[in-house]
Amino acid sequence: MATVEVTFTPLPAHVRTARLVATAVARRSGVDEALLDEVRLAVGEACSRAVEAHRRHCPAEPVKIEMTDQGERFVVVVSDQAPASNATLHGATAGANGHGVTTLIQGADDAGIPVGFGLAVISGLAEDVHVSSTSSGVSVRMSWPSATAAG
Amino acid sequence: MTPCMALEDFVDLKLGHYNKDGIEVVDVEGEIDVYTAPRLRELLIDLVNKNNYQLVVNMEKVEFLDSTGLGVLVGGLKRVRAHDGSLDLVCTQERILKIFRITGLTKVFGIHETVDEAIAAKKLEK
Repeated sequence: MATVEVTFTPLPAHVRTARLVATAVARRSGVDEALLDEVRLAVGEACSRAVEAHRRHCPAEPVKIEMTDQGERFVVVVSDQAPASNATLHGATAGANGHGVTTLIQGADDAGIPVGFGLAVISGLAEDVHVSSTSSGVSVRMSWPSATAAG
Repeated sequence: MTPCMALEDFVDLKLGHYNKDGIEVVDVEGEIDVYTAPRLRELLIDLVNKNNYQLVVNMEKVEFLDSTGLGVLVGGLKRVRAHDGSLDLVCTQERILKIFRITGLTKVFGIHETVDEAIAAKKLEK
């Protein structure tokens, strides 16, 4: 069972709240202060991606975040219920640096960043990232060392 | 202050701009994310539509920047470049600079330590 579980309506305004909650739980779980900015940014990116996907495919369904203190690791799973595009999953494996900058510059326009770029940023931030796609949606699982691991 | 109040008691995004030596300086304060980034995008588009093609975005008071914000800055850069202009940044905060390094965008933007330095660099370009 997750230490803390949050579901929220897929609105951009709620993404800030989600990342603040994740940062607070990470701190409580003993994640090093130096890593909290990474947690905040990575969770924010994952939630932003999920919100955008829900707004396109299923705006009535909530986005879910599960945060678990597993002793040596603090684990965050952001789950959506929208179908994954190939571009989305490509972003997770491309990495942000190199491919990412070209993709961002070519794709940035009034509609925003290219699909999948947020996942590429997460890949550059968190040492442990897994993106999985099932018939029920996409899950982004990220983890960071917690106090137990350091001590 | 209760924890609940602390969560809500924040400056999400403040924007301002002024002209100095023919260069438009945009001051940004707060958080640039999927919720607030459209406001920065609108300002940059508005400035370009008013023939301001030499821009400096001062990010010294930015507390958070995500890929949506990066997309807005890159979109602004593309707009000014279409008019032979440029968009430089002022930023010394490591946590903000980190996302530019991760994405490789340090090679795309001129990043300076002060507004005066950014303006001086732009004058040299002319």
